[in-house]
Amino acid sequence: MLSSKTFIKKLHGRGFDFFTGVPCSLLAGLISSLEESSGYLPSVREDAAVGLCAGAFMAGKQPVLLMQNSGLGYSLNAFTSLNLIYGLPVLILMSWRGCGGKDAPEHLIMGEVNEQLLTTAGMDHDVLTEDNVDTLLAQAVDQIKNKKLPYTILVKKGLFDERH
Amino acid sequence: MKGIEVFQELAPLLEDEAVVLANGFISRECFQVLDRPGNFYMIGSMGLASSIGLGVALAQPQRKTLIFDGDGNVLMALGTLAMIAACAPKNLIHIVIDNEVYESTGSQRTISNTVPLESVALSCGYRQALRVTQRNELKSAYESLCQAQGPSFLLVKVEPGFDPATGRVTHTPEEIRDRFMNSLKV
Repeated sequence: MLSSKTFIKKLHGRGFDFFTGVPCSLLAGLISSLEESSGYLPSVREDAAVGLCAGAFMAGKQPVLLMQNSGLGYSLNAFTSLNLIYGLPVLILMSWRGCGGKDAPEHLIMGEVNEQLLTTAGMDHDVLTEDNVDTLLAQAVDQIKNKKLPYTILVKKGLFDERH
Repeated sequence: MKGIEVFQELAPLLEDEAVVLANGFISRECFQVLDRPGNFYMIGSMGLASSIGLGVALAQPQRKTLIFDGDGNVLMALGTLAMIAACAPKNLIHIVIDNEVYESTGSQRTISNTVPLESVALSCGYRQALRVTQRNELKSAYESLCQAQGPSFLLVKVEPGFDPATGRVTHTPEEIRDRFMNSLKV
């Protein structure tokens, strides 16, 4: 299990300084750690969070967007008609509900297709594990700085201390 | 008053503000009246001008940020009014050009004829909200909001009447981004 606090410190260490999103139980520990440290702005919808991060990026921030994979449905047009055409990067921490077909019914379809949806839209992504934290963050930062595109880190159940 | 008159009236008052413009005729009319590097023309992502503007305002609290929005855009993202009110950036003025239709797609009606958007903004917690219906009231309303602490809301009721000869924004999205970021000294 990864410590939310340590992970947030690593994000700070890599220059991320603006945090918003819509919660998921799998991300609860991360959001609590953010509330305790650098601050976290609750967004009302995932697409609004995409816009918020886009504006913050253009005004000098390095944004991180936390969301459940269900939010990918709400925000796909925002990514394709804003971030991907203007080149507006954001680090997305996306919880993977419905992974492996074991979850509540409302999560099963998105849980099965979220990786394909990201790939189809041309959005790079990878799955976070206990062993790849530093390499994945390095890859994400490279994508954000050099390609100026969003990078999605998928978070499976039980990876973080969820604190709820 | 037509929508383009809002820009004809307010453009001469602009200084170094960050200006975020909603998609469709709002971006095109502003581009025609006054193209400036500090204009962010949102060409897609309908509904997000308000959240983009909020992000800019929060990241640069010393710089005034203006959002030029439309009634269709605001109705699509009513929740963002609540976010703006909750974050309460003092440097943000949200101007909504309300023609009561989706004019870009053939003038289908919105529902802003029955929903007073400035009252919604005020209920959410904007510090002040004004409604203007005449061109000659616009400048003084804008100037009074500039003197006040934001977030502020200015609803401008206009008639539909986009001139189809108005050009499209000719900058590429990446050019729009770079010009905008340079103007914000990023």
